[in-house]
Amino acid sequence: MTDNTIDQPEDRVPKRVIGTPPPSEAILKEEPAHKPEALLGVKLQDPESARKAERVVALLFAIAFLAGVGFIASYVIFQVGTLEKTSASNFALGGTLTLALLALAAGITTWVRRIMPKYSMIQERHPMASDSETRESVKETFLAGANESGFVKYKLLRRTLLLAAAPLGLAPIVLLRDLGPLPGTKLRHTVWGEPTKNGKPRRLITEGTGQPIRAADFNSPGGILSVVPEGHEHDLNALAKATLILLKFRPEELKSGTNLNWTHDGIVAYSKICTHVGCPAALYEQTTHHILCPCHQSTFDAADGAKVVFGPAARPLPQLPIGIDEEGYLVAKADFNVPVGPSFWERGDAEKEAREKAEKA
Amino acid sequence: MDTPPKAIAGVSTFVDDRLGAGSFLKRNLRKMFPDHWSFLLGEIALYSFVILLLTGTFLTFWFRPTMGEVMYNGAYEPLKGVMMSEAYASALNISFDVRGGLLIRQIHHWAALLFIAGMVVHMLRVFFTGAYRKPRELNWLIGILLLSLALFEGLTGYSLPDDLLSGAGLRITQGVILSIPLIGTYIQFFLFGGEYPGEDIISRFFTLHILLIPGILLALITAHMILMWVQKHTQMPGKGRTERNVVGAPFYPAFMAKAGAYFLFTFGVLALLGTFAQINPIWLFGPYTPADISAGSQPDWYMGFLEGSLRLMPAWEINLFGTSGGTIPLSVLIPALLPLGLIMTGLALYPFLEQWVTGDRREHHIVDRPRNNPHRTSIGISAMTFYGVLWLLGANDEISANFHIGLYETTIFGRVAVFLGPAIAYFVTYRICLGLQRKDAEIVSHGVESGVIKRMPNGEYIEVHTPPADDILAHMRGKKEIPVIESAADREGIPPKGARSLIGRLRAKMSKAYGTDRVPLEEGHGEEHVAVGAGEHKEGH
Repeated sequence: MTDNTIDQPEDRVPKRVIGTPPPSEAILKEEPAHKPEALLGVKLQDPESARKAERVVALLFAIAFLAGVGFIASYVIFQVGTLEKTSASNFALGGTLTLALLALAAGITTWVRRIMPKYSMIQERHPMASDSETRESVKETFLAGANESGFVKYKLLRRTLLLAAAPLGLAPIVLLRDLGPLPGTKLRHTVWGEPTKNGKPRRLITEGTGQPIRAADFNSPGGILSVVPEGHEHDLNALAKATLILLKFRPEELKSGTNLNWTHDGIVAYSKICTHVGCPAALYEQTTHHILCPCHQSTFDAADGAKVVFGPAARPLPQLPIGIDEEGYLVAKADFNVPVGPSFWERGDAEKEAREKAEKA
Repeated sequence: MDTPPKAIAGVSTFVDDRLGAGSFLKRNLRKMFPDHWSFLLGEIALYSFVILLLTGTFLTFWFRPTMGEVMYNGAYEPLKGVMMSEAYASALNISFDVRGGLLIRQIHHWAALLFIAGMVVHMLRVFFTGAYRKPRELNWLIGILLLSLALFEGLTGYSLPDDLLSGAGLRITQGVILSIPLIGTYIQFFLFGGEYPGEDIISRFFTLHILLIPGILLALITAHMILMWVQKHTQMPGKGRTERNVVGAPFYPAFMAKAGAYFLFTFGVLALLGTFAQINPIWLFGPYTPADISAGSQPDWYMGFLEGSLRLMPAWEINLFGTSGGTIPLSVLIPALLPLGLIMTGLALYPFLEQWVTGDRREHHIVDRPRNNPHRTSIGISAMTFYGVLWLLGANDEISANFHIGLYETTIFGRVAVFLGPAIAYFVTYRICLGLQRKDAEIVSHGVESGVIKRMPNGEYIEVHTPPADDILAHMRGKKEIPVIESAADREGIPPKGARSLIGRLRAKMSKAYGTDRVPLEEGHGEEHVAVGAGEHKEGH
């Protein structure tokens, strides 16, 4: 609104001299009982253009009506199910709903802007604070009430009341205790370290196909394979820690960071769970041997013990000791020697601990 | 119409006899609402919230917030026979087996994005115009609470469909919770009911998402509205507007109708987006498994800055007690908590810090134009730049792929830009504000160019300047001085009480920098204010 004038239009006609009749013939005719009186700051619209606007508004409301009817009709006509049918239903329902809402909105806006008066009315503000008399009276009432209640005077009452409230305040927090078990050492272990039902070492299973991996058949230098533990192929809790990526290197490609005792014929298994915040580090660049986590771009050197090359992850992806069973399938020889996945308070420098343990042994 | 229709009169009498609503209506039917485009931004958020409640209720009729495994047997062919959580299966059912389900789900998601976007731009309007000043600090704090809660509301809602994308967000949330020193693992185990992902998180998030957080939001929004109503809306400086009045359109009938239309516009635009702009096509992502992720996973826009700060952070981690624990993963903890904490705390404290620096305890009902408080505006733009860099870097993989820039280069750029950007923004904004103030001062003192060239008797050509229009002039003259606290030493060289300590001296210095008007409007050119067309033009240079 640009015409924010609060002034009234100036009188073009000279003011009437007191005692003379008004210039028009209105002296005899009665004024219409409710001629729209111009309140201060209310500028009425020209009746002619308001009449025109009414037709526009009516048209828009009619469109809204038709679109609304169309919406209901679309609900009956269009069924869902396949992608195509759902898409058609979506367009029909959404299109008619949009049209109905927008036409109604445009109609009301036109009504406000072209039929209702232009307003620039004034309302007084008052300071938010109450006057000092009120404040004083509230203060006195408060003091009187406090004294009457005896809360100030009777110390024992006051203290035991606070005492009584304390445990009840804690109760809701205590009640939340059974939300979950205590962490214990659960974050330190994965199912790779647990014994299998038949007592044999746990096989590595290709994610998706569910097939075990014969070491002799896994010969795809340059690619990575996503691997899940046997017996836990669909156990999300197990997968959240135990998922692996499997890579095969030529012997000369592997660097000192990789523990060769834990590889089999150039096949290396790393935890797929990023050590930053736990996304699956699923991208692999063949030429550089870089494993990349798509979430925050932590980059690990797969040929060098998956040590961090770039990004926010602070620790390498843990390596899993693997070997083969009597049938030639890849199996886990032990659990990871450090906790996998994101860091947590109790973790400590598990890598150092593992190194020290290894040196002792 | 001379008398109200019987139906209305009857009901009104009934209500008034019992509640005495008459005096409330007498005072409030003609409550004034000032007009300015920027006052509409908060309404977008309000209406989006209403639409979220409506569409969300619809979704709960079919959504099943449980993580039990089922075999999908719905209408969507490619996933038939796939094992998935009941939550994901029911979300697919809403999309493919319920007529209008997909539409409502997409409107719900778009409304969530618009809800937070509306809140943010509304907050920026309030900040840059200083509308948070006394007596509105409480409403400002409620607003900050609303924004923080809305982020959690978005996070919990995003995780519900249990598709591969939403699971990635949940996994990051879990990693962040684990990083909290001392109690992180415990919080994680309690929240998820054990190890990640467990079988409880969806139903728990569901309760938070549809009951607890919206309940609090609704209560706070109501309080926000009541305070706005009681304190009356602020207004822009302009003709006839003072600190003691409100100039605008009355609630009944104009504002009421406009607000209704505006709700319909918001709903209409969201319906348009929900129809034609596909959002979160969960059927393409497949069910969640912690073993997989799709490349280029992006969060909703309001989480982008957290994603960016996680990506920017170098790999810092310390082990307080060596091998026996005390791990603090700074590379998670700092980016996840610091920017959010910094922004939210800064916002919450700003009104009080500003009061402390300026010593201004007056009520303010006429808002500032951003240029007229250059330091505040610069601080705001600086903070926006900080947020903006983080937000942009939350999509650095997309930037890298689309503009063929090295991925690591974008990260390194971001690490520098997150510090340098705000500083540059501060300086540039400050200069722009002063420049705009100079422009205003020139218009006030010399008028505007009329386009009329006049030849002087001595042969010199000049352009005739005319006084600016009344309303524009009044708008510019609405500039108010920012108070500066008393700090000058008295005659004996002793500074006033508050300005003696180190903090006092700092405060005095800041106050002077913050409040000093470097481009005062020149006053006292009475002859400039003659009406246009009165014949005598001020002849400018």
